[in-house]
Amino acid sequence: MPTFEVEGRKYDVDEDGFLQEPERWNEDVARDFAQSEAVNELTEAHWKVIRYIRNYYLQYGIAPMVRKVCKETGNKLSDIYSLFPSGPAKGACKLAGLPKPTGCV
Amino acid sequence: MPGTLVQIESKPPRGDWTDPHVEFRKGSICYSAAPKNLEYLGLPNPRVWQPLDADWKLPPDWKRILLEGMKDRLKKYRSFRLFMEICVRCGACADKCHFYLGSADPKNMPVMRAELMRSVYRRYFTLTGRLFGALAGARELTEDVVKEWFYYFYQCTECRRCSVFCPYGIDTAEITMMGRELLNLIGCNTNWILEPAANCFRMGNHLGIQPHGFKDSIDFAAEEASEITGLKIEVPIQRKGAEVLFVMPSADYFASPHYYTLLGYLMLFHEIGLDYTVSAYASEGGNFGLFSSHEMMKRLNAKIYEEARRLGVKWILGGECGHMWRVLHQYMDTMNGPADFLEVPVSPMTGTVFENTRSTKMVHICEFTADLIHHGRLRLDPSRNDHWNVTYHDSCNPARGMGLLEEPRYILNSVSRHFHEMPENTIREQTFCCGSGAGLGTDENLEMRLRGGFPRANAVKYVKEKYGVNLLTCICAIDKATLPTLLEYWVPGVEVAGVHELLGNALVMTGEKERTADLRGEPFAPARESEALHA
Repeated sequence: MPTFEVEGRKYDVDEDGFLQEPERWNEDVARDFAQSEAVNELTEAHWKVIRYIRNYYLQYGIAPMVRKVCKETGNKLSDIYSLFPSGPAKGACKLAGLPKPTGCV
Repeated sequence: MPGTLVQIESKPPRGDWTDPHVEFRKGSICYSAAPKNLEYLGLPNPRVWQPLDADWKLPPDWKRILLEGMKDRLKKYRSFRLFMEICVRCGACADKCHFYLGSADPKNMPVMRAELMRSVYRRYFTLTGRLFGALAGARELTEDVVKEWFYYFYQCTECRRCSVFCPYGIDTAEITMMGRELLNLIGCNTNWILEPAANCFRMGNHLGIQPHGFKDSIDFAAEEASEITGLKIEVPIQRKGAEVLFVMPSADYFASPHYYTLLGYLMLFHEIGLDYTVSAYASEGGNFGLFSSHEMMKRLNAKIYEEARRLGVKWILGGECGHMWRVLHQYMDTMNGPADFLEVPVSPMTGTVFENTRSTKMVHICEFTADLIHHGRLRLDPSRNDHWNVTYHDSCNPARGMGLLEEPRYILNSVSRHFHEMPENTIREQTFCCGSGAGLGTDENLEMRLRGGFPRANAVKYVKEKYGVNLLTCICAIDKATLPTLLEYWVPGVEVAGVHELLGNALVMTGEKERTADLRGEPFAPARESEALHA
């Protein structure tokens, strides 16, 4: 299994760099993963999206609907793409420590 | 940049085509399936490996497994045996494949792709091949051939455009399906296919959304549809005794722009007062089993009839999903039917009997909606789509797999006033694939997806430049997921939407509040007096 390493901290990830140990996630982990998604600094706007996705995941075991992320965090889809260049299902989910969504998405 | 990918080498490579060696690289491969997904589905040879590795960790008796698998299937599927025998190499299919057009790799010519397997068929299953070997066009089955099969059978989207042009009607998609089925026997499969399949088997949908998450998403959509219209829109979940079970692709209640199509369905059903239900058990229309094996397709598809029986509905309505319809239309009845506990579908609003669904008992949403419009049962204001210049991409499987050509156009021409067709050799039964179907729509395969989607994008570019088209509509969830990426690359400025999203925009609902924006929240185009159709 591939690993992702930041300053000596090693994480098991999938081929696309998504964390494979969801229970290991905390906000420091999100900071470590930010650079791999071309996010230089995690602002409050980023955290709002990350925390919303993370909490939803803990409750439902899955990422929230893309539209729901937008509405509940007060962002347009284009805003989410500005915050996380690879988008809500990939970039934002990766930083929130979720597995990569699969299927017709 | 498009400039580099469009430099398509037109000279065939030197050397002998029988050499199976393939250069694997990121951009034109899909990652292998994770062992946990094979284990969950009970598939053979779960292990950690990647196509980029030299050692694929095949089982020691892989050759025997493949040849026995081939022998079994030659007996079981007459079409397979026929397609192994009858090609005359006329070449009519050669330049019809979007992957060949986008890559110029001769092994992406449908005739060649099939030849990769036919040559092995000749060697082991025909007398001339056994006796004369290469002289009779036969090839040994080696580990390199396995790798070559993997590369090219996961470089075909099973779109069946080539079969439209074959004078013998050879369905090359079925050869690809056989190739993948055989590769599955020795554990050579991809994660983008098997993870959705495992999720679907466990949770009822490709994304692995659990029942409480399903309810949360559906409730959220119902609430937003209510906010947009000012009406109280409710969606019944697993309501026993409903007349109709509605099944859609799970991406409709997860991803964008799929979601706006979901809003369109919900508004339509509310307006006509349809007695329906959705279900968390049958919460997936799509079927990634189709991309893996007949057995897997059957296992995943079984949930739809089972749930229809449990809920006691009369018939089933299906949403905007592509490959789903190939399974439903061509396999479901014989695989998991007969559904003699259901009734022949009749529209409760118009009385139309859907004769074509007499055996499957399952109606496509576009047939259903077109019938409503035809009978004048919907009030529509097409000017609400005036901000869109619309064209339509015939999603491969509804178009070629079930002949659904007129209904989506009939709807689009009723709900919008600016509809323009792409060139005739790129639409209807000749439609060009999105390049990402059949489980190939994953990121690591992006270069090949952009190449394969190039002919489709090129046709979109044509109507964009000629008519100012800014919206490509389609009726497939994979299209909605992957065409935005394709168009962003080749034709920036064209958005993607489902047909029922535009219907939702145009639908004038009884008692609705004044609407000033479309389902995406974008304001309607300002009314021009001469064009205003409604007062």
